[in-house]
Amino acid sequence: MPRVLLIEDDPAVREGLQLGLRRLGHDIAPVATGEEGLARLRAFRPDAVVLDLMLPGMTGLEVCRRIRAEFLVPIIMVTARGDDVDVVVGLEAGADDYVVKPVQSRVLGARIRAVLRRVGGPPDEGRGIPSLEHHGDLTIDRAGYAVAHRGVPVALAPSELRLLLTLSASPGQVFSRQQLLEAVWEHSYHGDARLVDACVKRLRTKLGEMSRQPRYVQTVRGFGYRFQSR
Amino acid sequence: MLPALRGLRVRLLVAFALVAGVSALTTGALTFREARNGMLQQSQDTTVRQFRDQVNTLAPALPFPPSQADLETFAAETARAGRSQGWRVLVTYGDIGATSRPEDGFEALTPRLREAVADRPSTAFQRVSTDQGPALVVGVPITFVTADGGTGGPTGVAAFVTVSQRNEQATIDALTQAVQRAVIPALALAVLLALLAARRVLQPVRRLREAARNMASGRLDTRLAVDGADELADLSSTFNDTAAALEASVAELRRMEARARRFAADVSHELRTPLAAMSAVTDVLDDSSESLDPDTATAVRLVSEETTKLARLVDDLMEISRFDAGAAALCLDDIDLAESVRRTLAARGWTDSVHAELPPPGALRGRVDPRRLDVVVANLVANAFRHGAPPVRVRLSSAGDAYSGASTAVIEVVDAGPGIPPQVLPHIFDRFFKADPARGRTGGSGLGLAITAENVHLHGGTVHAANLPGAGAVFTVRLPLQPQRPAVPAQATSRRGRR
Repeated sequence: MPRVLLIEDDPAVREGLQLGLRRLGHDIAPVATGEEGLARLRAFRPDAVVLDLMLPGMTGLEVCRRIRAEFLVPIIMVTARGDDVDVVVGLEAGADDYVVKPVQSRVLGARIRAVLRRVGGPPDEGRGIPSLEHHGDLTIDRAGYAVAHRGVPVALAPSELRLLLTLSASPGQVFSRQQLLEAVWEHSYHGDARLVDACVKRLRTKLGEMSRQPRYVQTVRGFGYRFQSR
Repeated sequence: MLPALRGLRVRLLVAFALVAGVSALTTGALTFREARNGMLQQSQDTTVRQFRDQVNTLAPALPFPPSQADLETFAAETARAGRSQGWRVLVTYGDIGATSRPEDGFEALTPRLREAVADRPSTAFQRVSTDQGPALVVGVPITFVTADGGTGGPTGVAAFVTVSQRNEQATIDALTQAVQRAVIPALALAVLLALLAARRVLQPVRRLREAARNMASGRLDTRLAVDGADELADLSSTFNDTAAALEASVAELRRMEARARRFAADVSHELRTPLAAMSAVTDVLDDSSESLDPDTATAVRLVSEETTKLARLVDDLMEISRFDAGAAALCLDDIDLAESVRRTLAARGWTDSVHAELPPPGALRGRVDPRRLDVVVANLVANAFRHGAPPVRVRLSSAGDAYSGASTAVIEVVDAGPGIPPQVLPHIFDRFFKADPARGRTGGSGLGLAITAENVHLHGGTVHAANLPGAGAVFTVRLPLQPQRPAVPAQATSRRGRR
């Protein structure tokens, strides 16, 4: 039963989502503020966090940053339509996905499942048999879901890891944003391509790439992204 | 009237020139006529009087009946009195006659004058023009004198004199010239004055025209400088008052519209939180309705369905508010347009019900906002199903733009329904426009086509609705594939189109 930390200030929305998600088979820990959410994080050890961006006190964006500073737990933002700037900033702060209010529990549940699938396949499969790939200074353990740069482990959030695995599975092949949305986020073709761009940006930062001339994840103008092995 | 003569300047000019010309000519002509007549009259009177006196003085000495020699002597004697004026004298008696100068043909004497003198015992004169210029001919009959000094019968002797009037003619010519010389500068002066006056009148008129144009192009703060106290200054100040009033009412209208729009945005915003709670539990309602008694189940189903519709309506309202606030941004991406349309149809389960004519993969790529393109196509197809009738066809093609050379994507959505009523056509992209107020809701939010148009305009494209010759409606979207300017004003462009 996936554990979900729900940070939502409005009692009715919180209660509704709690009810809906629980019926979908989630273990919900509902909290009203960001501070409370951060406090519950360590004890509850959620599999995913659903975070309303409009919070009294500490803002959702700040909560997102603080969670990311310590944890790789998937974060799904709940935004209001029209908060475009917040979406972009939230994605850059490390959120994995977002939904727009009002949202049906079924839709949110599907997003939570998708984000959980990103974290890894069945935990036991292939464990202990590392299949290491070397791309320059980059070492990718495809079975163990681990990435190291110059021997130093790189902590990648679920979306970042899944993006890197997808791209590096076919070095040199160009993926359009729409393809990546479908493959990594399980969104429709017409999803929000900013998810991809923000995630690529975060991935490049974590791989220590200069944004001008990225070594591994390269932009193909007018088409999308590709992974360059050497 | 010729178009060129309709201008105020030309009309003023012509009027001034006409007035000046007519008055100068009339004055000149009258002056000329008076002067000429006076001069000629005077010279004529003098000649007639002198000649008659001379003849009267000499006549008693003339023998009767006179011989040829007598007549010659009489003519010479008479001519002597007018030597300074160049008199030429002819004296006749019956068939004989004599002139003061030998061999003088005396061509200036007309038979009419000769008869006039012969018939009546009085002096007669005539002005004639000869080869040597104008001349005056005077004829005097010589009569018998009765004992008491009265006038007796005619003697049959007549004396004629011819005087050249070349001097008088020269004076008249000089006068004519003087009049002409006066009229031409007067005319020129009139034209100059007309130009100046036209300028003085036309300059404010031109400024007024410029100001009116500025107002028409939306610069409502346009004002005119009011100088002087004439009618034009009056007009300018009236214009200023009108402009100020217009500016004030437009500002008020805009304020009201902004308030209304902000109100709509605020309402949608406020509705969102309760809707979020309701939407979160519609699944719960849907799942449990089977286990409820029929009435409750129906009520629960209604609440669930209408909550979903309300959520969509609020969503559309907020989207429109974003367009109104200018907050809608394009997220451009290079995509295969055919693939995008195909995915739009597939995502809504329309692959089988919609006949799509798409170019082959990779043939038509463009830089668009994929999510907005999805909304455009989905709204048009949904509208075709809702208000038209199947089969619905979606056609995607590209067209070159003759002006910029840039290529344009053309998306046509065609249905086989009854078409759009003509009175609806101009308002088809209006918000919440209902063709028939009595007809209830049709399942859409009433904002679908408005949002479609806004999305297309955001791409710098156009959307156009029309009816097919047979039946059915066709919506045509034209999207520039390389939008240079992201947004164009949303007004009126929706009606610009091919047909």
